[in-house]
Amino acid sequence: MKVLLSGNEALARGAYEYGVQVATGYPGTPSSEILENVARYEEIYSEWSVNEKVAMDAAIGACYAGKRAMVAMKSVGMNVAADSFFYVPYTGVRGGLVIVVADDPGMFSSQNEQDNRQYGRFAKMPVLEPSDSQESKDFVGAALELSEQWDTPVILRTVMRISHSASPVELGERAADDGSPTPPLKRDPHRLVCTCVWAKYQHPVIEKRLKKLAEFANTYPLNRLEWGDRSLGIVAGGAVYSYAREVFPEASFLKLGMSYPLPQALIQELADGVEQLLVIEELDPFLEGQIKAMGIECRGKEIFPAYGELTPAVIEKSAAEAGILPKDAVKGARELPLPELAGRSPILCPGCPHRSTFYLLNKMNDIVVAGDIGCYNLGAQPPYNATDTMGSMGASIGVAHGFDIAGIPDRFMAVIGDSTFFHAGIPPLLDIVHNGGKSTVVILDNHTTAMTGHQDHPGVGFRLGGAPAPKVEIEAVVRACGVTDVHKVDAFDVKAVEQTFKAALDFDGPSVVIVEGPCFFVGPGATRAYAVDSDACIACGICFKLGCPAIVRSEEVNAKTGKPKAEIDPVLCVGCDMCAQVCKSDAIYRVEE
Amino acid sequence: MITGVGGQGTILSSDILAAVGLAAGYDVKKSDILGLAIRGGAVLGHIRWGEQVHSPIVPEGRVDYLVAFEILEGLRRLDQVRPEGMVLINQQQIHPVSVSSGLAAYPDGESADQAFEAAVERVYRIPGLDIAQELGNARVLNVVLLGALSATLPVEPEIWENVLQERVPAKYKDLNIQAFRNGRAWMQERI
Repeated sequence: MKVLLSGNEALARGAYEYGVQVATGYPGTPSSEILENVARYEEIYSEWSVNEKVAMDAAIGACYAGKRAMVAMKSVGMNVAADSFFYVPYTGVRGGLVIVVADDPGMFSSQNEQDNRQYGRFAKMPVLEPSDSQESKDFVGAALELSEQWDTPVILRTVMRISHSASPVELGERAADDGSPTPPLKRDPHRLVCTCVWAKYQHPVIEKRLKKLAEFANTYPLNRLEWGDRSLGIVAGGAVYSYAREVFPEASFLKLGMSYPLPQALIQELADGVEQLLVIEELDPFLEGQIKAMGIECRGKEIFPAYGELTPAVIEKSAAEAGILPKDAVKGARELPLPELAGRSPILCPGCPHRSTFYLLNKMNDIVVAGDIGCYNLGAQPPYNATDTMGSMGASIGVAHGFDIAGIPDRFMAVIGDSTFFHAGIPPLLDIVHNGGKSTVVILDNHTTAMTGHQDHPGVGFRLGGAPAPKVEIEAVVRACGVTDVHKVDAFDVKAVEQTFKAALDFDGPSVVIVEGPCFFVGPGATRAYAVDSDACIACGICFKLGCPAIVRSEEVNAKTGKPKAEIDPVLCVGCDMCAQVCKSDAIYRVEE
Repeated sequence: MITGVGGQGTILSSDILAAVGLAAGYDVKKSDILGLAIRGGAVLGHIRWGEQVHSPIVPEGRVDYLVAFEILEGLRRLDQVRPEGMVLINQQQIHPVSVSSGLAAYPDGESADQAFEAAVERVYRIPGLDIAQELGNARVLNVVLLGALSATLPVEPEIWENVLQERVPAKYKDLNIQAFRNGRAWMQERI
C-alpha cells in the first residue's frame, strides 16, 4: 500500500522497518520530525538527548552493544556531534550505525549553510542522499547494511526540501525481534579505546576501506546511469536530482545515491558517452572537485550558484545564462503591478513569555545583548531590535564573557533559553565563575524546546513519548556552577522583570536571572481576552512596542497628534496581560464574560 | 500553491490536497515551508499532481491554482501564477506586526484588486471566514477553501470527503464535511 509520507516520516518508517533498536537526537529544523515519528514505534528506544554530541555517543554505545542505532540532527548539529563521530570510523561498529543529518540549503532556519557531505570525506565515512520519501525510507536500510558490511558509520544526508516534502511510499513490515536479551558487552579495548597507541593502526584500515568502497560504488545499485539524450550528461543526487530532471527531462544522468566515496568508473562512462558533462549540486562543489581531480572534464559552479537552493527556477536561469538552455525557456516569476507588500516575519506569538524581556531590552537600549538560538532570537527583529550577537548554541554566555574580559564600557548580558542552556550553556557559565567573570546571564525558561516544536529537555519532567522523568531545576544547576547572585522572576510581570534585570546588572560579580513563564503552547492556555477603551487610549503607541500580533492599529486616531489608537484582535489575544501593564492611560482592560 | 498565515490551518489543507491527489490516482509531491515561529509567519505549500512528478517545488510563474488564505499573502505569491491560472482568495486581512508598528502599510483594497485582475482572469473572492462562522467554527476555514477549490478540479467529491474523514478529528467530522460542501456550493454557483 502506498501512503504519503514526508521525508522525515519516511526516515522514521525506515528505522522501524529496518530494525533500528535505538534512536537518539537533538531537535533542530528541518530534522525534528524524524525522532518524533520514531517515538511512535514502541519497538524502538528513542530519546531527545541533551545535545547532539551526547546523542551521538549514546548511539555509538548502543551500536557497540550490537544494536542497530540511528542518530538524527540538523545541519549545524553535526558540528556539536563532530568530536564523537570522528572516532567511530577508527573503532568500527557492531550493530549498524546511521547518522541522519538534515541540511538547510536556502537557510530557512539555520545560522549558516554548511554542506555536511564534507563531513563524510572529512571523517572518512560513506554518505547516502535520498531524492524523495521512498528513497528516504529505503536508504535507512541501505545505510545500515553498508554500515555492518563495511564496519563503518554511514551518514544519511537529507535537506529541508526532502525532509519537509511528502511523496508516496510503499510500506513494508519490520522483521520480528527474536526477543533474546542484550548480551554482555564484548570487550575489545584494542578497537574501542581510541588511544593513539592503538588507533594509529586503524587509520590505514580506514584508508583501505575507503578505496574498496569507491570501487564498490561502481556497482552499487543506489548509483544509477540513466541514458537519454547524449548531448548532455548530468551528475546529480539528493533533492537536486529531482530538480535537474524537471529542467532536463531528456538528458542522460548519473543519479548518485551515494555521494561519497564516488564511483569513478560510472562517472567516466557517462563523461565518455555524452558531449557535455554538468555537475549540478547544492552548496559546495563537493562532487565537482573530486570529479575534476579524477581528470574528468565537467562544468558545475561556474554555472550554478554555490549558495541557496538549486530549485528548478535557479537551474533553469543559470543554464540559460550559460547557453545550455535557450533564453526563452525561462519563464520565471511574472512582472505584475503589485502594491508595496508589507513583510510578515515570524514574530513572538501572542502570550509569549519572552515578550517582556525584549520589550524591556528595547526600552533599556543601552544594554548590549549576546543572544542565542531559539524563538527569543526574534528579539533581534523589529520592533525589539534588542539582540546584538547570535552565532551558535550556547554562544551567548561565552560571548558575553568575552565582552567582559575585553572590558567594554557598556552594560551587557547574555540571553539564552532553557533547552539551549542545558544543551551548551553550562560549561561557559562554569567558565565565568571559574575565571572571576562578572557577566549577567538571563535564562528564559519557557518549560520547553519551543522553536523546534515543543520537545522535552531535562527541565520539563517528562521525556520523548511522554513518560515522566526527573525534573532538573535550572536554579539548582546555576547555584551548583558557583553562581551566588541568582534571581527568579515571573515573565508575565513586566515591572518585576525590569527591576530584576537592573539588580542583576548592578551586582559586582556573575549573576543569573531566570525569567520563568511557560510557552503559550505548553502553558494553561488562553484566558479571557483584553480590549482597548478607545476613549481612554491616547495613541501613545507604547503597546505597539510589545510587538504582539494581537495588537493592531485602530481606524481611530488621536485628534491632536493624528497618531492611530490601538485595538486588540479578540481572536488572537490570549490574555497574557502584558499590554495592560505597559499602558500608561489604563485604556486596556480585561473583557468580562 | 497554498499560502496564508501560520495558525490558519494551511498545513492541514495542503496535506489533504496531496492525499486527495494520491487517492485519485495521480503521482503527488508536496512541499511545505514551515516558518521559524508557529504563529504569525507567512506559510507556503507547494502541491503537485501529475502522471509523474519530479520536483516537489512548483516551477516559478507556472502555478495553476493559487489558494490564498489571506489577501497580503495572496498578493505576495501572485507573480507565481500563470496567466491562464486561477486565484482563490479568502477575503481576510491579517495585519503583520510590521504594519501595527508603523514600519509598513497594508495594501489598500483598490490596488490589491487591480493586481489580482492584472494577474489572471479567473479570480474568486471567497468570504471563507463568513462561511466558516455560519457553521459556528472559524477553524474550518481551511476546509471551506478546499471545498471551493474542489469545484474546479477533476476529482469526484466522494474522494475528497473520504480523505477529509480520515484526516480530521472524529469529533469534528460532520462539521468539516459540511464546511467542505458549503465551500464547494459557493464556488459551484459562480463557475
